[in-house]
This record gives sequence, C-alpha cells and structure tokens, in this order.
Amino acid sequence: MAKLTLSQVGKTYAAGSQAAVSGVDIDIADGEFIVLVGPSGCGKSTLLRMVAGLETVTEGEIRIGDRLVNHVDPADRDIAMVFQNYALYPHMTVRGNMAYGLKNRGESRQAINDRVEQAARMLELTPYLDRKPRALSGGQRQRVAMGRAIVREPAAFLFDEPLSNLDAKLRVTMRGEIRKLQRRLGTTSLYVTHDQLEAMTLADRLVVLNGGKVEQIGAPLEVYNNPASTFVAAFIGSPAMNLLDAQVEGGTLMVEGHRLAQVARDAGPVTVGLRPEDLVLSTSGLPLRIDYVEELGAQRIIHGFIGDQPAAVADGSPDAPLSDIVHVTAARADIHLFDTTTGKRMDLPAETQIAEATA
Amino acid sequence: MADITHTAPTEDRQARRINWGAVSDHAVLIAGALFMMAPLVMLIQMSTIPDAEIMQTGPSLEIGNQFWPNVKKALLGAMSFSGEDTGLSMFRSSMILGLGFAVGKIVISMLAAYAIVYFRLRFATFAFWLIFTTLLLPLEVRIVPSYEVTQKLGLLNTYGGLIIPLIASATATFFFRQFFLSVPDELVEAARIDGAGPVKFFIDILVPLSQTMIAAIFIIMFVFGWNQYLWPTMITTDESKYTLVQGIKQITQSLEGTHIPEFGRSNLLAVLAVLPPVAVVIFFQRWFVKGLTESDK
Repeated sequence: MAKLTLSQVGKTYAAGSQAAVSGVDIDIADGEFIVLVGPSGCGKSTLLRMVAGLETVTEGEIRIGDRLVNHVDPADRDIAMVFQNYALYPHMTVRGNMAYGLKNRGESRQAINDRVEQAARMLELTPYLDRKPRALSGGQRQRVAMGRAIVREPAAFLFDEPLSNLDAKLRVTMRGEIRKLQRRLGTTSLYVTHDQLEAMTLADRLVVLNGGKVEQIGAPLEVYNNPASTFVAAFIGSPAMNLLDAQVEGGTLMVEGHRLAQVARDAGPVTVGLRPEDLVLSTSGLPLRIDYVEELGAQRIIHGFIGDQPAAVADGSPDAPLSDIVHVTAARADIHLFDTTTGKRMDLPAETQIAEATA
Repeated sequence: MADITHTAPTEDRQARRINWGAVSDHAVLIAGALFMMAPLVMLIQMSTIPDAEIMQTGPSLEIGNQFWPNVKKALLGAMSFSGEDTGLSMFRSSMILGLGFAVGKIVISMLAAYAIVYFRLRFATFAFWLIFTTLLLPLEVRIVPSYEVTQKLGLLNTYGGLIIPLIASATATFFFRQFFLSVPDELVEAARIDGAGPVKFFIDILVPLSQTMIAAIFIIMFVFGWNQYLWPTMITTDESKYTLVQGIKQITQSLEGTHIPEFGRSNLLAVLAVLPPVAVVIFFQRWFVKGLTESDK
C-alpha cells in the first residue's frame, strides 16, 4: 500500500504528433479510490497503462510510494491490473490463474496456496478453483481477475473498465463488490471508466479527463455541484445538464429574452448551466415548448425547447397534466455560469451573495 | 382406453418414418469410403496369393496362403547385398524423417512467428513476406543448390541431411503468425504484470494456447515428411537409411526383368507405408478440425 504521485505526466506517441495525454498532475493518497473518467479517446486508459508500465512515459514522473517508476518493468512496480476482457489465461484453472504471478515471483508453494485460498474465500470462488475460465460466467471471470490482483498484495490496484463487459444488473452488483473489497483491503486504486454513474458511485475522488488534459479533480458531489467547465457539467450527471446561451443585461440574466435571475456581472454573453433536476415547473419563468416526454415511473423527463435551444426538465410529479408550453425556473444557487469562449466556470462566492440579496 | 387406442397408431407411424435424407447421405458416404478403400483391399488380397499367380490372373477374389510369408519377407527381408534395407529399417527411417520433419518444422516456425508477431523488429513485416515468398520456391526448383549445400556440410547419408535442409516452413510460420495475431494483447500484458518474461510467456502461455494449432500442423507436416520421395533419394545412398517410400519403388524396379516382380511383398510395404499417416490422422482428428476451424479463447 502506498501513495501514488503523477507529476506533469504526458504521452506523445510519435514525434510531432498531438499529445495523447499532457500535463497530468494527480496526488493519490494511500488507500484512496480514484476514478479516471472521460469520453472514449480522452487518454484515460493511456494514463492508466502508463502507471502500469505497459506504455512508456514520454514526459513527467510517476511515483509509487516514493519510488520513481518511469523505467521500472511492470512486474516490478508492485501493482496489479484488472483488464476489461479479464485477460485470464484460458488454459489454466482458476487456481493457476491466480497463482501464476506469485509463482513467477518465486514465492513458496505453501504461501501461494494460502493466499489463493484466502482470496478465493473472499470472492466466493472456492468451489470453482479447479475450473477453467471457459466454464465460468462473466461475473465469476471478473471475480477471478480481481482475485489475481488481490493475491499479489500490491501497492495499487489498476482497473481498466473492468465492468463494461457485464450486463447492466451484474454491473451494479459488481460495482458494489469492488467498492466493499477496496474499502476492506484499503489498497490504493486507480479505476478507469467512461460511465459517469460508475465513476460517481465508486470514487473517493474523480478525475475528469478531456482530450488528454485534466478538466477537474474532486469528490463526486463537489464535481457534480461545482463543475469546473461546460465539459464536466455536460459529462457528469444524467440526464445531462442543459447548457444555454444567455445574455447579461444590466445585472439581469436573460435567456432568449426571458429573465432568469439577477447577477452581478458585466453585460455580455454567458453560457448558463441548469441541471434538469434543479429546474422547477412554475407559472412564470422560461417558457419551454414541449417536444416529447420520457416516463421513468418515479419521475418524467420533459424534453423541449427554450427559444431554439434544446432543454430537459426532470419533473417529480408525473401524474400532473401538461400543456404544450410549460414555464420553468431555478433557484439562483442552482444556476451555473460559464464563460462562453473558454467554457470555464465563472461564478464567484461574493457574486452569489449579491444575487441572493437582490433577488 | 380411448386415449391409448388413439395415440398408439401415431407413435407407430413416427417410429416407422424413415429419414430418407439421412439415408441417402450415408449411402453416398459409405459408397465413397468403399471406393477409397478398394485399392487397399486389393493390395492385401494380392499379397495372400503367390506372385506368379498374380502375373497370370491379376487381382481376384481368391484368398491364398502366402500372406504370412509375404509379411515376413516385407518386414525382415532385405533386397540388396548389404541386407540393411529391410522393411523394418525402412519403417524406422521413415518414422524418423516424418517425426523429425513435423517436430522440427513446428519448433522453427513457432519461434519465427513469435519473433515476427511479438517483438518490435525492424522489417518484421518484410521478413514475414520474405519467408512467405519461399512458397514460390519448392524443393524441386532449388534441388541442385540444396544438394550442394547439404553435401558440403557433410550431411549426405545422415538423418540430419534428410531433415534439416527442409525444416523451414513458410506455411506453418504463416499459420502460427495468424494464430498469434488473434491472441488478445491483454493476455501479453497480464503476463507481463505477472512477471513472465518472453521465454516464460512463450512456454507457459503461448505454447499451451497453440495446442490445437500444433496438432493440426503436426498432422500436415508428418504426412508431408513421410511421403517425401525425391529428397531422400538424392541424399541417401546408404541402404540402411532408405525410407519406405523409396523402398517400395526399389522392389518393383530392381526385380523387374530377371524375376517375377514381388508383388506380395511390395504391396505389404505399401500398406505399411499408409498405416502411420492414417494412424496420425485418426488420433489427431478431433484436434485437427478444432485447430483449423475454431479458436479456443
């Protein structure tokens, strides 16, 4: 068990080509569960593979504990990795799969046996120890892959989208199991996923990546409540946050000519972010022309347009009748403002107070 | 009661219904099998009657009493002054050639494919295609230089000379390359994290994974090696190193004119020459089909 430090880590595949990952700084405390999340191609897997030693590091430093591991062989980094397709050795039994790494390290037969048995008990794999991976279900294979990681007793676990080959129901169960297991073992973990829900539920801290750069690092709720940019705002949360073009005119935030709130800002265009679940149906406010409605049982998602801009509202009272046009408002604290050109978050604490005072 | 009388006839009708499709399929297959086996049966029949009688009547349905004497002659009798080219010694030579061929080719081509697929070599693709183009240069085309090299290495009349010059195989290298390419990259990475170096990965992971592939290549190469005629004829003048395929030719050829050809004996040698390839195919059949059609991952 150890902390994990990435400083200014970057990866460029061919000289002159665009960097796949650049300038990543992450400090991971001992025992912390960090989730790297982002759309496909954002460099999250590359980053993980650099920590694993499967990709060379072209810039910056990676430290496991206090040891610089940039040029250390994967086997000597004291890490264990769980792969998306499990990568179990098909010709070996479950026991063989878990023991192989220990055998190569030259552990005694007795020690290997003890650890494998212990991991199998923990993962409820004991009855399957002498089966081949072929004879196991997807969830069981997943557990074997985890077992293979556990028996190594590494400084850090690396997970590369380990749940994306499972069906939806199993994914939820395994998600819980991974979380519980990590808590119990207290092993520092780095987990890659493109699924923001998985990221939110598992992480101690999220690292949102976009185009090879870190967009935001923070606890799940912090990222959800204070997205640092329009990218994070749109990526975290489901249904996605509504991002609308708006204007500040004389201290008033106007969307498509309708007043939304008072803000202490200079006049000019801004991007306003409104979570569907923060929007409230009311008699006045922004007019939403309804396009279609998704019924989810406990709530319904109303999709429509404010002016020409698409927007969604999560409505908690699915039985109430709807007219063609509804009006929505949001509390000032739930309104996120972003710079139109850079996409960066721009509200300041002082400003919020002023807005509340004037509203 | 009513139920029973009602259902009984329908059951009968179902039991009696004949699947004519299956019958005709089997008829065709059985006819084909008989047709293919007929020459072999004729060979064995002819070996049971005296050679002189065959000269007069040709193949017949008669079963004579010469089978065991012919077997003895075929296995133990030599047809030269040296007395070293008995059926058994030729069988041994053929076996060494076939096995050496198959095993050698598998080892060499697996290593070549391993290098091409898993190591960042300069010109790996070029090397692969270079190996592949050797398919265009079969033994017959390059037999004179091949012979010269073998002779200069002093390998004439040795098993080494029989096997080594033919041991490189573009076909097997190609098959193994395709197979290795289909092995998921994550397996290599998992092995690397598990601390398996290149040699360990090859022996612990890749070879066991290739089992079915190895079996399939083994059959093909064993039969190919066993049936070699031209190369052994060129390389061996020592009669103790003659192979079966050579020996059969020798019998019918050398005894023509002066004697009645020893049909019985040569026929039995021919049967002996057929047996091992058949045995190998039967033994490895399951693996063979699996290896060439499905991937075990």
